Amino acid sequence: MKLASCLCAARREDVLSPPILNPSVAIIGAGIAGIACAYEFARRGCAVTIVERREAAGLGCSWYAGGMLAPWCECENAEPLIGDLGRESLAFWQAHFAGTVTRGTLVVAPRRDLPDLQRFARRTDEYRWLDAKEIADIEPQLAGLRHQALFFPREAHLDPRAALAALVTRLREDFGVAIAFGAQPGPADWTIDCRGLAARDALEDLRPVKGEMLVVKARDLDFARPLRMLHPRMPVYVVPRGDGVYMIGATMIENAEEGRFTVRSALELLSAVYTLHPNFGEAEILETGSGLRPAFPDNLPRLRRRGKTIYVNGLFRHGFLIAPALARRTADIALLGKAFPELMRETLNEDRGERQAG
Amino acid sequence: MDTPFEVYGEPLSSRLLLGTAQYPSPAILADAVRASGAQIVTVSLRRESGGGRAGQDFWALIQGLGVKVLPNTAGCHSVAEAVATAQMAREVFDTDWIKLEVIGEEDTLQPDVFGLVEAAGILTREGFKVFPYTTEDLVVAERLLEVGCQVLMPWGAPIGSGRGLNNPYGLRAMRAHFPDVPLVVDAGIGVPSHAAQAMEMGYDAILLNTAVAMAGDPVAMARAFALAIEAGTLARRADPMEPRDMARPSTPVLGRAFT
Repeated sequence: MKLASCLCAARREDVLSPPILNPSVAIIGAGIAGIACAYEFARRGCAVTIVERREAAGLGCSWYAGGMLAPWCECENAEPLIGDLGRESLAFWQAHFAGTVTRGTLVVAPRRDLPDLQRFARRTDEYRWLDAKEIADIEPQLAGLRHQALFFPREAHLDPRAALAALVTRLREDFGVAIAFGAQPGPADWTIDCRGLAARDALEDLRPVKGEMLVVKARDLDFARPLRMLHPRMPVYVVPRGDGVYMIGATMIENAEEGRFTVRSALELLSAVYTLHPNFGEAEILETGSGLRPAFPDNLPRLRRRGKTIYVNGLFRHGFLIAPALARRTADIALLGKAFPELMRETLNEDRGERQAG
Repeated sequence: MDTPFEVYGEPLSSRLLLGTAQYPSPAILADAVRASGAQIVTVSLRRESGGGRAGQDFWALIQGLGVKVLPNTAGCHSVAEAVATAQMAREVFDTDWIKLEVIGEEDTLQPDVFGLVEAAGILTREGFKVFPYTTEDLVVAERLLEVGCQVLMPWGAPIGSGRGLNNPYGLRAMRAHFPDVPLVVDAGIGVPSHAAQAMEMGYDAILLNTAVAMAGDPVAMARAFALAIEAGTLARRADPMEPRDMARPSTPVLGRAFT
């Protein structure tokens, strides 16, 4: 048994040959957490089923994701754990999704906000400072705008909707796994609950953090990589989706309003990108969106096991950045009996709840 | 160690009031509040409230910190907006305390002192206990007291700038002019020495947010501010020496051997 576990762990990068253990696994929720888990369990030879209450996959907060695979930048404001999970997931996306674009991230600030860029630099690594010529070399359209910049060459980005759809296709074509929409989860050896905020009925310390975003089309702008602009009041990022289309994000507001994109947020986000480059002034607004990120009080994810159910939740603003690494750990818990204490903490309240339930 | 100071009849032993915005996470916020020893935290409603009470989850976290909540009208640019936000705050947090901000200028976020006096008058008549975010202007301060404010909160520097006490002369004059009014330096504090400086001038308390929330380690910085404020308070009470132009030897020169 021990030997089998080792083999399984050692070979998990491959599409596995006949599995040693193939329990059935029911996934609830077809956002990025659920789909990444489904893909991981399927690759390890499990019989996977997926249920989703909406009419398609990825319509929850995954729909509004930026798709920046930026484990170094994120550590400016997140715990090192996010960096570790993010670097592991970055390798997953590079290996499994052909649309992953590895051209780094450019973090810029107007001259007057140089202190913010210096602080950003102090709290991150794997970057280099660019002078005006170097900025113009990698993003010619930023030439002459007098921005200051840091370059994080190892970071990547993807179109989250395309990436999620690609995994759904792989699940169907390679593993025969389809999503049952509007269905209830059937009995299974393991249930993986990836419902996001809807799982508040079981995870009482989960809270919503509202995020708003836009998609614009700017025909005369051609940025090759995500640009983050620092600003003391409204930091903003722009992620190229190709063909002149850019995702602009994102607000972070501590409230529970779903689907309400406000004028103030539009003003802030759009003023910020207009400062980034004046050509955004003539861009066409294709889409505005607003979703709720599920977050625990420390804004870190959790894999909480209750009997034969594992709750994968609290991905906050880091869904695509960390979901593949979380999926691996979830499968390791279920199939190999591993434990990840840094991800499995319970609150006092929930300890009490579990004892009562038991 | 502190003798309490009183605001609106409430004795407060901690002289640090901490804002709750911009922390990396609510968990770090909670740790920072504990490390600071603050008994009062400020919380904004304007943005989080959305169309109503959508901010309830975060507000419940704040209420769970076990400290008194001073809601604020941050982000309000008009009297009407500030008054409406205060009224909602009273319902949400079940308190008649309100930190009143009426912003007059977008780049410096400096208060619109005319709107501030007007809104303070309206809210006082409605039974609010108003903590006005103001400048060090003595005439404005007089007006705020006239309309019923019992505490004044002059800025050290623009909100979030971390520049410290931009106008020490003005702040000293304000302290001297209002010896019996509780005075709180609100905004512009960047590092603990700024806070200590204000306490040495005789200010009663410090209100800050960004300097702790945006520090690399907010919890350690909260503790650093608590220590600095305690140091400044003790120093004020200990009656500091006066600076002088000439050296004054601490050992007598008389009788010293000439070589």
